[in-house]
Amino acid sequence: MATVELLFSALPEHVRTARLVAAAVARRAGVDEAVLDEVRLAVGEACTRAVGLHVAYGVASPVRVVLIEDEKKFSIEVGDDAPRASAGLVPGARGESADAGALPPSGAPEEPGAEADDEMGLAVISGLVDDVEVTSDENGGLIRMTWPTTPASVLP
Amino acid sequence: MDLSLSTETVGDRTVVRVGGEIDVYTAPKLREQLVELVNDGSYHLVVDMEGVDFLDSTGLGVLVGGLKRVRAHEGSLRLVCNQERILKIFRITGLTKVFPIHTSVDDAVSATD
Repeated sequence: MATVELLFSALPEHVRTARLVAAAVARRAGVDEAVLDEVRLAVGEACTRAVGLHVAYGVASPVRVVLIEDEKKFSIEVGDDAPRASAGLVPGARGESADAGALPPSGAPEEPGAEADDEMGLAVISGLVDDVEVTSDENGGLIRMTWPTTPASVLP
Repeated sequence: MDLSLSTETVGDRTVVRVGGEIDVYTAPKLREQLVELVNDGSYHLVVDMEGVDFLDSTGLGVLVGGLKRVRAHEGSLRLVCNQERILKIFRITGLTKVFPIHTSVDDAVSATD
């Protein structure tokens, strides 16, 4: 069960809120203080990407952030509702499969450099988070990132 | 926290002091500032990032865009940054090889290589 679930309209100004909430919940879950900056950055990148996809596709639904606290790990899932042409895309792939399905449909407004920013965002996530999974299908995409937690010390 | 920007001319260099958070919401303001400077003829820029609390890939994209603009005029874009958490993002993306990164504004302003 999710510890905290956050839905926000796909607007850039809400990404900071998602970062702050994720970092606060991660700290409480026992994620190492030294890693919290990485959590903040990674969730920001994932949310930025989701906002960009919703805007590019004209998707009206909110971006979903699910923060899951388990016994020895803490996971963040960032979900978007932008439809992809094909399923099972992975980060780091290039060429035909490099999230080609995430390109805006022809005719959609596309900011110059938006695609490059998207790839850089995924590169940052991949560089920061050891345990990351990126999936997508015709209904949308999901980035799941997991960090180990330090169990709270037991009081005598 | 919002983004703060101020500029100062030192010799033939223009120092852009950036403070706060550079993300998908605030990065357009930095982009506008850099574009304006280049349009006004400032081709040798020093971006002082010591006051930056947060930087993401959108911010990196803006800096790369700025670099491309000044290079089109045979200019330069140097960064000043000592913060490990910010430097780490440049390392992850390989951009430490693209931007000259200095430890002080004085160092960046006097650099010639």
